Amino acid sequence: MSFLTSDRSVLSRRGLIGAAGAGIAALPLQALAQAPAPQGGQGAGPGGAEITVDQARTAPIPIAIPSFGPGIGEQMTQVISNDLAGCGLFRPLSVAASAGGGGVPDFDSYKAMGAQAIAQGTTSGSGGSVRVEFRLWNALTGQQLQGTAYTTSGGNWRRIAHIIADVIYERMLGDKGYFDTRIAFVSLNGPRSHAITRLAIMDQDGANTRMLTSGQWLVKTPRFHPTRDEIAFMSYAENRPRVYLFDLGSGRQEVLGEFAGISFAPRFSPDGSSVVMSATRGGGSDIYVVDLGSRATRRLTSSGAIDTSPCYSPDGSQIVFNSDRGGSPQLYIMGANGGDARRISYGSGQYGSPVWSPRGDLIAFTRIGSGGFSIGVMAPDGTGERILTKGFTVESPTFCPNGRVLAYCRQTAAGAGGAGFSSSLAQIDIAGFNERVIATPGGAQAPAWSPLKG
Amino acid sequence: MKFKILGALALVAAVAACSDDKSANTGTASGLGATSAPTGAAVPGSEADLVANVGDRVYFALAQNTLSPEAQATLDRQAAWLARYPQVTVQIAGNCDDRGTDEYNIALGNRRANAARDYLVAKGVAADRITTISYGKDRPTATGDDEQAWAQNRNAITSVR
Repeated sequence: MSFLTSDRSVLSRRGLIGAAGAGIAALPLQALAQAPAPQGGQGAGPGGAEITVDQARTAPIPIAIPSFGPGIGEQMTQVISNDLAGCGLFRPLSVAASAGGGGVPDFDSYKAMGAQAIAQGTTSGSGGSVRVEFRLWNALTGQQLQGTAYTTSGGNWRRIAHIIADVIYERMLGDKGYFDTRIAFVSLNGPRSHAITRLAIMDQDGANTRMLTSGQWLVKTPRFHPTRDEIAFMSYAENRPRVYLFDLGSGRQEVLGEFAGISFAPRFSPDGSSVVMSATRGGGSDIYVVDLGSRATRRLTSSGAIDTSPCYSPDGSQIVFNSDRGGSPQLYIMGANGGDARRISYGSGQYGSPVWSPRGDLIAFTRIGSGGFSIGVMAPDGTGERILTKGFTVESPTFCPNGRVLAYCRQTAAGAGGAGFSSSLAQIDIAGFNERVIATPGGAQAPAWSPLKG
Repeated sequence: MKFKILGALALVAAVAACSDDKSANTGTASGLGATSAPTGAAVPGSEADLVANVGDRVYFALAQNTLSPEAQATLDRQAAWLARYPQVTVQIAGNCDDRGTDEYNIALGNRRANAARDYLVAKGVAADRITTISYGKDRPTATGDDEQAWAQNRNAITSVR
């Protein structure tokens, strides 16, 4: 009877998560017998609360997350709570430790504390095999919105917690979550005049940081493949600055494309079949696309000026890029096969590092004026520019997979001898609120938000 | 990485200038060595000789790659020096201040290195004796953030390979 249709989408996306060796199985839980009968269409629409992201921005959803149990269970509770509070759209409520466990919640007591939703979980087993049963309830109606059992090895508890936070986000807000994601970045240490840079990767909440390169060579601008466990980045290996592909599974690196000059600024096409990048030619820089199958290279621009920082629209039909063909660095859009480009940035100062939202409706950018740097968004036709944040240096915006949040790099000015310089990662909601630091060990720059794992 | 061996001492100097991915930004912060008296320590035709007696770098105005008369004078001396030591090959590294974006500055640094290279080639230096690279804003000579530091960091630095 009560296999919730909503579980299907969760299953199709992550039911047999195994590509990354995670080995997580997710199966729908039967609704508890005492619960009100689920309504037929509940898998299609937003969560039972029917709250929009805009509403949640002004009034974060009060959610009770009683402890999932001792040990791993309690740690999972913390991760879920941090994810939900961190996005600014939820307000986890303080719940007595005794409130945990399975069974139909005491809705009256949760209503009394102001909860709109209850995230309930239990954990059993340990080490080799852990089972996590998760249910999401509408506290006001008593309706079960979701019921899923996850079976995995104990080492995956943190990932299960992020997946559960994503389910809560999706069921309550009708929009996919982005907590089961990673951020690649460039770790930055040592003197500023000769910084040691390493390609690095971490969970989006700052956990599980892993260095991917040794620091021998200057590395820059990691970018995730849309589906494969692969990163494109720039390395100065052997003093030849070029674009490389990095296979996260094997650690294997390979040069991408054959260019006489410097190749840089790579981004994958939305279908993952090619990489658009720029390469220097004489004093200028042109935009090229390299097919990942045939490795055929095609030049898309030849203005003689600097054309760089290309980024596809999510449908792959257009490319936004940075060019100083008009005299100063500005943003332009052209078709995916090159040809005529139209300028879209017209504010004072310089523009750079454009990145197209996965939703398609916005382009984020860095703007540089006499007062410093800022990060903003505009519509693809150049209208509606909004500045989200400012600083001495704020640059390299990258969208989370649902397009609701930008991560970026923030740097402070250096005094004599480089004192006072810092480089860190931060994030901000595209509405311009909930700006916060993403903790990293040491300095960090050039963030790239991964797609949802899956 | 290739070295033209000028003699044992010159080789030592060249190795010192090229180890690992160390950028070419190893000269003095002022880059005004050309105005100093020749030093007896610098081996003729070496990196140290270039820095001390010729001038290893030229500077650019904000967001520009135009060679000033002063920059042209430095490059004229570099061209004459390279004519005197035909075995020497050089790398020109273009650099930027940190008032541009990461990626744009790679291209701008390349444009500066290329401007210096083109000037040397026009003055008769064989193109195959010069390689170029850009470090964008990642290898600042001056590590502060004020007009003076930024002016020092907008440069093209020639180094012996």
